[in-house]
Amino acid sequence: MSRYTPPEQSKAGQVFDIVVVVVAIFVALWLPLKLGLAGAAKSIDALDAKTWEALGQNPTMAAIWEKLGYTPETAHDVIQNRFHYVIDWPTLIIMAAVLIGYFVFLFRASDREYRDVINEKFDDK
Amino acid sequence: MTTTVLEPAIHGDRVSLLRVLGPAHVWALGVGIVLVGEFTGWNFSADKGGALAALIVCWIVGLLYTSVAMIDSEVTSTVAAAGGQYAQAKHIVGPLMAFNVALFLVFAYTMLEVSDAILLGDTIVAKAGVEGLTHNSFIAATIVVLAWLNYRGVLMTLNVNFVITAIAYISIVILFFSVSPWTQGAVLKLNELVTPGNALPYGWIGVIAAFQFGIWYYLGIEGTTQAAEEVRSPARSLPYGTMAGMITLLIAAAMTWYVCASLMPWEYLGITYYPLWDAGKLTGSPLLENLLFIATLLAALASANGCINDAARAWFSLGRDRYLPSWFSAVHPKYRTPYRSILFLLPIALAFAFIADLNQAITFSILSGVLQYTFMSINIMMFRKKWPLGTIRRGYTHPFHPLPAIVLFCLCVVTFFAIFLGFGSQLIAMTIFYFLISLWFHFYRYKFVRRGDQFTMPWPKPQGY
Repeated sequence: MSRYTPPEQSKAGQVFDIVVVVVAIFVALWLPLKLGLAGAAKSIDALDAKTWEALGQNPTMAAIWEKLGYTPETAHDVIQNRFHYVIDWPTLIIMAAVLIGYFVFLFRASDREYRDVINEKFDDK
Repeated sequence: MTTTVLEPAIHGDRVSLLRVLGPAHVWALGVGIVLVGEFTGWNFSADKGGALAALIVCWIVGLLYTSVAMIDSEVTSTVAAAGGQYAQAKHIVGPLMAFNVALFLVFAYTMLEVSDAILLGDTIVAKAGVEGLTHNSFIAATIVVLAWLNYRGVLMTLNVNFVITAIAYISIVILFFSVSPWTQGAVLKLNELVTPGNALPYGWIGVIAAFQFGIWYYLGIEGTTQAAEEVRSPARSLPYGTMAGMITLLIAAAMTWYVCASLMPWEYLGITYYPLWDAGKLTGSPLLENLLFIATLLAALASANGCINDAARAWFSLGRDRYLPSWFSAVHPKYRTPYRSILFLLPIALAFAFIADLNQAITFSILSGVLQYTFMSINIMMFRKKWPLGTIRRGYTHPFHPLPAIVLFCLCVVTFFAIFLGFGSQLIAMTIFYFLISLWFHFYRYKFVRRGDQFTMPWPKPQGY
């Protein structure tokens, strides 16, 4: 197999590639934050009676909350702020499809490139 | 300033990284990156599933990372090159996978560095208790000073890491023995804080959800492999340092859970940014409180320090192989560090430290970490298939193959589901990013890469090719 000689990249081309990568990184990480997509769904299950008993805290727990500077009123929003786990099947299926598709592409495209590497490396000998 | 750009994998008489590190440095790099997870982050798993869920995932995720350490030790002791898992992927799977793995590493470590800096800033602000004081200046100072330290040399960087990691670790041990762990009721009140009624407040779905932050107990231990080109004896130092680091962390994680779950209600444990510092406060001892405050800062510093080291080496490797512009592959002529990569990643870390909050930054890091572990489980299967035992010299051969790979893969699937329960949209967005950047690499960037030069190991042709 003939040895592949890559083209020389100009300085402008190198700068352009760096910009592409940086922009891609920022879009991938920053966009979900900007669109409010990041973060789990929690909501406060409000109680009328704000006492340690109503909040499900025994005397030991209540004493520790107080040592940490909380009262039943201020601890209410911490204790009652709960996750509500709901499996959203369409999103789960999309996520699984995206992940599987990504890995399948990754391994298949890598294998094509890898065969070139192996052929050039070992056919030279 | 004179600089030298390395050609792909040709070290020869050009400036290269220095081989100055021993097993203690490898331990310091791995444990230094990870130990901050005991000081913050792991406890968010209590928020997601309760105190008992945090313990269950501590053990199960410990199993995941034991598999990671076993697999990594075998492959890295055989493929000893800067970039760690990147170099492994390049030799075993192919260039596109290597490109992706390097990005996983850079994202995981840069976002971990961001989390560390936020933790450090928030901890100082909380201690100072001064109205109007924000964490911004502390975050900026942390990232810039540590980048400078990394710029100046790897030996000094990891010597510093060894000392501060050891102090932070010893503080956990001191806290553990100071609260009479063998006696319940005096200081520790586990039976009264973790009861049958609140141990698993969300049931088993909460345990699965807790996997997301359970990863934080150990995330980054695989970073030991980044030092492969800078250790004096990779075949001995890397497996030894990595496995010793994993044992150290399993002990620290168990002690941390036991003390924290015995000192504070799970609802508070799940939201605090400083579980160990809070534990120190709740003992009523000013000495322990101050010790744990200092240890939290040191753990954050050690982790950020190691992360800058690792992310820069992964980025450097991409430049050296022309996967990215070769400008990044410059080694500093005096300090022998990948200084351009260090400087390039600095503003990215700073930017995200100011726009993300702590658990978002942690999640970014975890996402890239889990993608990488998924790759590792498949990578070891391909490694054993392409070069069966006896065909090449391995520094270390991990036992029970393929069991660790299967366990690792299954636990990664569970963790993806756990991430879906809280950050599914983020996972989809990041995967789409990796997919698009992979298309860019495969169809455009790869034309600049020399084909045969990428395979640098003195191995026979892989079976099946």
